[in-house]
Amino acid sequence: MFKIVEKCTLAPGVHQYEVEAPLVAKGARPGNFVVVRTSETGERIPLTIAGHNRETGTITLVVQEVGKSTMEMGMLEVGDYFKDVAGPLGQATRIEKVGTVVAVAGGIGVAPVLPQIRAHKAIGNHVISIVGARTRDLLVLRDEVEKFSDEVIWATDDGSLGYHGFVSGALEELIGSGQKIDEVIAIGPVRMMQAVADVTRKHNIPTTVSLNAIMVDGTGMCGCCRVTVDGEVKFSCVDGPEFDGHKVDFDELVSRQGFFRDKEQIARERFEADRGGCKCHAK
Amino acid sequence: MSRKIVDRTEMPKQSPEARRTNFSEVALGLDPELARREAERCIQCKTRPCTTGCPVEVDIPEFVALIAEGKYDEAAAKIKEKNSLPAICGRVCPQESQCESLCTLGRKYEPVAIGALERFAADWASKRAVEKREACAGDVDSDLQCGCEQKVCELDSRGCAPTSDSAASAARVAVIGTGPAGLTCAADLALKGYKVDMFESLHDTGGVLRYGIPEFRLPKSIVDEEVEYVRSLGVRIFTNVVVGLTLDLREMLESGQYQAAFIATGAGLPYFLGIPGENLNGVYSANEFLTRVNLMKAYMFPQYDTPVNIGSKVAVVGAGNVAMDSARTSLRLGAEEVKIVYRRSRAEMPARLEEIENAEEEGVEMMLLANPVRIISDGCGKVSGMECIRMELGEPDASGRRRPVPVEGSEFILDVDTVIVAVGQGPNPLLTERTKGLELNRKGNIEVRDECGATSIPGVWAGGDIVTGAATVISAMGAGKRAARGIDEWIRSRF
Ligand SMILES: Cc1cc2nc3c(=O)[nH]c(=O)nc-3n(C[C@H](O)[C@H](O)[C@H](O)COP(=O)(O)OP(=O)(O)OC[C@H]3O[C@@H](n4cnc5c(N)ncnc54)[C@H](O)[C@@H]3O)c2cc1C
Ligand code: FES
Repeated sequence: MFKIVEKCTLAPGVHQYEVEAPLVAKGARPGNFVVVRTSETGERIPLTIAGHNRETGTITLVVQEVGKSTMEMGMLEVGDYFKDVAGPLGQATRIEKVGTVVAVAGGIGVAPVLPQIRAHKAIGNHVISIVGARTRDLLVLRDEVEKFSDEVIWATDDGSLGYHGFVSGALEELIGSGQKIDEVIAIGPVRMMQAVADVTRKHNIPTTVSLNAIMVDGTGMCGCCRVTVDGEVKFSCVDGPEFDGHKVDFDELVSRQGFFRDKEQIARERFEADRGGCKCHAK
Repeated sequence: MSRKIVDRTEMPKQSPEARRTNFSEVALGLDPELARREAERCIQCKTRPCTTGCPVEVDIPEFVALIAEGKYDEAAAKIKEKNSLPAICGRVCPQESQCESLCTLGRKYEPVAIGALERFAADWASKRAVEKREACAGDVDSDLQCGCEQKVCELDSRGCAPTSDSAASAARVAVIGTGPAGLTCAADLALKGYKVDMFESLHDTGGVLRYGIPEFRLPKSIVDEEVEYVRSLGVRIFTNVVVGLTLDLREMLESGQYQAAFIATGAGLPYFLGIPGENLNGVYSANEFLTRVNLMKAYMFPQYDTPVNIGSKVAVVGAGNVAMDSARTSLRLGAEEVKIVYRRSRAEMPARLEEIENAEEEGVEMMLLANPVRIISDGCGKVSGMECIRMELGEPDASGRRRPVPVEGSEFILDVDTVIVAVGQGPNPLLTERTKGLELNRKGNIEVRDECGATSIPGVWAGGDIVTGAATVISAMGAGKRAARGIDEWIRSRF
């Protein structure tokens, strides 16, 4: 059992937790994730480690309510427990001194990108963050992003803050302005990462994306998380989750992510009915 | 020869029509009367060939004789002297190629149903143990009498109490993986007096017994009971610990926390076919499919959150136990047609005979001498068919089996919407590749230096599927037992 020692709600339906998991905190590196289960009947859900503290033995997780399991997590409060937390899983991010790194994050992708920009800054890279969301209120963790970046470009689909449009557009503009960029990392919805990779491919900028394939065990045992990279089948839980964005078959990933959509819908509707209507945005 | 000896007792089963629709155990077990009748068939021959067919050398004629005399508890205790998981082995061992294949009676008639008798004795004893436990539940005195933390009734029922001496009780051993190899090794070490900690990467114990073999063949309550027994010996079990990631094996030893370790991480890496279309929706590895259904209980969706999709026409590629389990699980989830697609012939099918029979009775079709070449998409990323090619058997290959060769121009398309790939598992590299100095063979299995499973790292043993490649429950248990012996001798010689 893994105790929740802190919780805050970053935006409607987006929660941040500090969870006691000393062994995970001890070994965690940027890019790693954990597999979490809420209850005895729950699914195994992969969540990127958004931060860790070796002294307190805690890790930070950011969860957006999208389906039954994440809504159930949303109802957990300080003092409650996650039933299972296993990790740190996956390959750690390769952090090298390259010069200028642009971190592009969409939606809640900003949480998993944070440890990376911290690490890039720590080894002396110039970090420019481009963070986007649908609208201003959904831009979360803004202080943290400001703190660990040398420059920040905010982007909103509705123009309520910063660049009016998608993060890929903001990146295109940045490149167009003559900014020299040595490496791009992109974390967020698949189509966003694909759009970023399409932009950087034209300019030959090495680009790493973090794939959120459906997983079961998270340890390379089931093959559910397989993705095609450069024509080869990879297991994203052990070979990734980060891959060369120019080589990922994004269409296949999107298709595979949708395989259980009908079942997910059933689970969500049942859960909402039990809970008495949709409350995911109540807080 | 009397009829009594000639006719082997058949174990009652759920009817094929009934069991196709449920996940309850298929084989219902013998009752005492049937068990005695079957045990009396044993002619108690002097040569005892059956025992040499048993990888852990259970005293088969002795326990069978005890059943014939109606001494069922004693029969169970006799088996337990050599085999700590008889309720499991009685259900899943390939007896027809082990003990029963050598039975003297079997030369002229049907062999004694040794597996069924083993299961009977084990189930009898565990039912009695539960009754006893319930009878003395809350009886504090009985705890105190015992002089240790275990309940008296627990120890009685197993017929053994932990022995202890100072070399052993001072040492702590780490066992990695809670499958049959790990559980057996941990139990044996605990009985020798060692402090044992087990580490498991999943959230639950049992390895393949839990995530692979389905409920209808091995009820999980039996796995629970065996794990509880190991816990009752004082073994601590830590789940959610991926050794290699959460903890580092060498650090565990070098820090002095553990004096020795046993690696029993199984064959947890699914092989795929490497043909076009394998990433389409509707293609599962058997590991994924069975893990969803067994470990995550997707067959009880939506009470359990993990989903599984099954189409109406399923092809399972492969013909081992894993393939049979996948095929029979598909039927139970509601598939209308299920085919086993296998590139060799019936004689080479590696599954237990009983499971092949069960599968066929339930309506699984065997498509033999056929090999998939490509999986076809419906245009929206989902499986809509599988192209196969006919095979014929050529010259024997390295395994001694005749090599299947494709018949040119014989391609045909199978109308399926789900494909389950059950063509084997290899060693999962998470721990092995991150543990410095651990020697592996070409395939990635751990190299061992003696029959106890000593590895290239002093103080580290390995056994089960991680050493042999995917094999059997009983061979994994045998390896666990031998490793416990090796570890014991090593610790005694050093500490
Ligand atoms: C579907 C299926 C059906 C089968 N049917 C039969 C049958 O009828 N009869 C038979 O005899 N055999 C059968 N087998 C084979 C048999 O189950 C295996 O040979 C046996 O379980 C191997 O035991 P093991 O202890 O070596 O490994 P496993 O049972 O695989 O256990 C290994 C355990 O280690 C854990 N682990 C792995 N890596 C780590 C790590 N880094 N850190 C911590 N823990 C880790 C795993 O999660 C797992 O729990 C079947 C196998 C399958 C898959
Ligand atoms: S999630 Fe099972 S192999 Fe990656």
